[in-house]
Amino acid sequence: MINWQAAAPEIFLAVAGMVTLLIGVLQKRENPKLCTMMVLGAFAVTFVMVIQTVPAVAYSGLFVSDALATYANSLILAGTALTAVLSLDYNERQGIGRFEFPVLMLFSAVGMMTMVSAANLMTLYLGLELMSLTTYVLAAFAREELRSSEAGLKYFVLSALASGLLLYGISLTYGFAGTMDFAKLPAAITGVENASTGLMVGIAFVVAGLAFKLSAVPFHMWTPDVYEGAPTPVTAFMSTAPKVAPFVILIRVLVGPYGHVTAQWQPIIEVVSIASMFLGSFAAIGQTSIKRLLAYSSIGHMGYALVGLAPGTESGVRGVLIYLLTYVAMSAGAFACVLAMRRNGRSMETISDLAGLAKTDLPLATLLTLFMFSMAGIPPLAGFFGKVYVFLAAVQSGLWLLAIIGVLTSVVACFYYIRIIKVMFFDAPAPAFDTRSASVSFVAMAAGVFTLLFLLVLGPFTNAAEAAAKVLFG
Amino acid sequence: MPDINAAGFPILSLITFLPLLGVVFLGCLRGTEAEIAQNSRWMALWTSLVVFAFSALLLWTNFDPSVSGYQFKETQQWLPDYGVAYRMGVDGISVLFVLLATVLTPLCILASWDSIRTRVREYMMAFLILETMMVGMFCAADFLLFYVFFEGVLIPMYIIIGVWGGPRRVYASIKFFLYTFAGSVLMLLALLAMWHRAGTTDISVLAHTQFPAEMQTWLFLALLASFAVKVPMWPVHTWLPDAHVEAPTAGSVILAGVLLKMGAYGFLRFSVPMLPQASALFQPLMFSLGVVAVIYTSLVALAQEDMKKLIAYSSVAHMGVVVIGIFTFNQQGIDGALFQMLSHGVVSAALFLCVGVVYDRIHTREIARYGGLSDRMPAYALVFMLFTMASIGLPGTAGFVGEFLVLVGAFKVNFWLALLGSSGMVLGAAYMLYLFRRVMFGRITRADLKAILDLSPREMAVFAPLVVLTLWMGVYPSSFTGFFDASTGAMVQSHEQALRAVPALHLAGMIR
Repeated sequence: MINWQAAAPEIFLAVAGMVTLLIGVLQKRENPKLCTMMVLGAFAVTFVMVIQTVPAVAYSGLFVSDALATYANSLILAGTALTAVLSLDYNERQGIGRFEFPVLMLFSAVGMMTMVSAANLMTLYLGLELMSLTTYVLAAFAREELRSSEAGLKYFVLSALASGLLLYGISLTYGFAGTMDFAKLPAAITGVENASTGLMVGIAFVVAGLAFKLSAVPFHMWTPDVYEGAPTPVTAFMSTAPKVAPFVILIRVLVGPYGHVTAQWQPIIEVVSIASMFLGSFAAIGQTSIKRLLAYSSIGHMGYALVGLAPGTESGVRGVLIYLLTYVAMSAGAFACVLAMRRNGRSMETISDLAGLAKTDLPLATLLTLFMFSMAGIPPLAGFFGKVYVFLAAVQSGLWLLAIIGVLTSVVACFYYIRIIKVMFFDAPAPAFDTRSASVSFVAMAAGVFTLLFLLVLGPFTNAAEAAAKVLFG
Repeated sequence: MPDINAAGFPILSLITFLPLLGVVFLGCLRGTEAEIAQNSRWMALWTSLVVFAFSALLLWTNFDPSVSGYQFKETQQWLPDYGVAYRMGVDGISVLFVLLATVLTPLCILASWDSIRTRVREYMMAFLILETMMVGMFCAADFLLFYVFFEGVLIPMYIIIGVWGGPRRVYASIKFFLYTFAGSVLMLLALLAMWHRAGTTDISVLAHTQFPAEMQTWLFLALLASFAVKVPMWPVHTWLPDAHVEAPTAGSVILAGVLLKMGAYGFLRFSVPMLPQASALFQPLMFSLGVVAVIYTSLVALAQEDMKKLIAYSSVAHMGVVVIGIFTFNQQGIDGALFQMLSHGVVSAALFLCVGVVYDRIHTREIARYGGLSDRMPAYALVFMLFTMASIGLPGTAGFVGEFLVLVGAFKVNFWLALLGSSGMVLGAAYMLYLFRRVMFGRITRADLKAILDLSPREMAVFAPLVVLTLWMGVYPSSFTGFFDASTGAMVQSHEQALRAVPALHLAGMIR
């Protein structure tokens, strides 16, 4: 007897997506707004379903719904919904308002939700591919624009390579362990004595494939170009939910079946983390485009989040989950502010366009300041608490090198964040931006309030993350 | 359920967060730009006066000086499973700093009345947020909460220096931010390590946790990185002259009056009581850095051409005396350090205000540009004279008591230490009197100085409380030392006990 219930939110969302697609096609006049609203409605319903799911393993152990999946799914839905709201106004103004846009986002969310619930490497791959395929199309969505097409193509080619690596890792794992089930892998890892090298090579490839999606160094090459070229709502989307899902599944794989060989994969994560933190903080200093800067910043953030994964402990996983939560909020908010940078109907993307924003539009400048301080990890803002948790985990496990490099690179990173604030507050004003649309203001305000007041709800969110982390440690 | 203190009322939270209410009100102001500016000034002044009234009435009168632990305690759940809570409380060490912060804020707002003309509302908002952060930092009885406030100070201060500062404000504000942030993140690591070890961030629990001696060494260095930048100690003081020179007058006042105390307060609150063995181990280092700061920065101050820079360097020297006092580990030394911090908070704040008075009129801080001001501005000359004397440490003024107590404490430890430390007083007299002579005496040669006006009633209102405080602290110091005697006594005692139980390591032993 198959337990359909376990995947009810994913199934519902997929059906809702197809219905939206049908309605979109059958309409006489294209109405992307309606489709976006339907997609948002579907997200809301799915969110309620996600919260109500009961822990279960389904489909012969291919799929699992547990507290970790619930936490990740909520975050994915929230991130996707926020960026879908952001796309509402932008797409219309840029002349790329087509109803496929929200539907593609929705299917991407289905892929991500499937991925974080994977209990088998094959499910992982399926979810990952669904997420990626839709994202390629989204990145190239402004097809008239050279930059966007280039971004889509670049992302596709490099990502295909990463998928190949991942698949190769999966096949190696299958070859050496004889199973792809997370539940059966631990026995295989310790059971056969000579198999461990092959399995470790396999897991290294899997990590490489996932690290590509996370844009962690050294698999980050695509990030700045694709972030810059893709339409801004897509960039916002790519920097939120599609970072959460691969991260959560990375945790699930490394801490779950490979949990008792932490010492063997820890060096990989440490190196990737340190390299990402370094690159994220130093390479962003010279950027002039705010989208590229945020691309490097997200590379750095992934490095910090990996600090929490490296110990492979419960407190580390909890730290990562809190970090991802704050990261999604800051990122969505920051990109909302970038979307508000329009002058005479055209999108502005360089940092110098922000000059003197505090004089022309103080609320927007204040919001972006909040996000920048938060990303830099200055208390009392949300980003600080994410950093505290991951560094706490590193300190608890004695990973001092990681912690020290982490805090020092965050000082370097702080420089380019406060430079943006400097441009907005201390420089002579540039001409004012166009009036913001309500949708952009809404996302920026929501993310801003969350970032500012996160310290008040730290307890409940920590408990939720704690419950999610406990799943992997039984 | 919130555990509210004996008064049945969260006094400290009220004092801490009341300024934020003022910020909300400021945000709601409507009208033309001039109206908003004027209303913002009054709104901010009233908010800060109400905060001051609350803190003076409730803390000054209800504080029980004979008890050494935290009073007015408040606890609210924050992260119950991890030993972190919203804990507030003041003891003898912190209570006067809370008052110092709440006294200086209204004076700063009054001092910026005419000199800040652009974006007045934002300026006042930044100041009130700054007040919340400062007061919260001195009231925090939880290490994580302390850190939140300690770092949170950076945000409004960065904006204040950067937006309303002088010509090199961008450089100064970024330097200020990055220096302090770099130090603080290392403190964060120490915080995490202590949290992990003790299972809580409750300061009173941490103070009784015995950390292993080896670990203490590292913790001490990490805390030192943060506090040394804040104090600031030589050689990480270089952000201070820049920040002081570029900040608007009121920014310099808060910087010198309160923010510089945060580092020394950190030593007293964390390093000495929590890490007694490491503090003893590093005593020689701290003494050396203190003495170098006293002598070196005093000499540097002698050569300054800019009034604010001169006073900034004198601050570094005075804070060097404070560091020496703290690490003598005896009652006189620590009492003296605390008193010196308070008196420096009043006197250096007043000196920066004095500079602000002439800067508002002539728009330069260059010493050579002035001369003979005592002819045209007798009241101003009198006030300046008083604070100059207090800065030198003339008996009968606030500056004397602190330095004297520190030197007594230093004598008990080492003769040479006291001798070198007291050289700061001599050099201090040299550079302050030299400054006074160049600004006040001589003949007026420039036309704009011939027309300069004496203190306005508003400026007198700003200086009056500081004059009273300076004389009061100098003539009747025990009304202030009475607040912290019990606390410092207990601290010295527990420090000696800790060292008897586990003797300090010696550097020689560490190196092998």
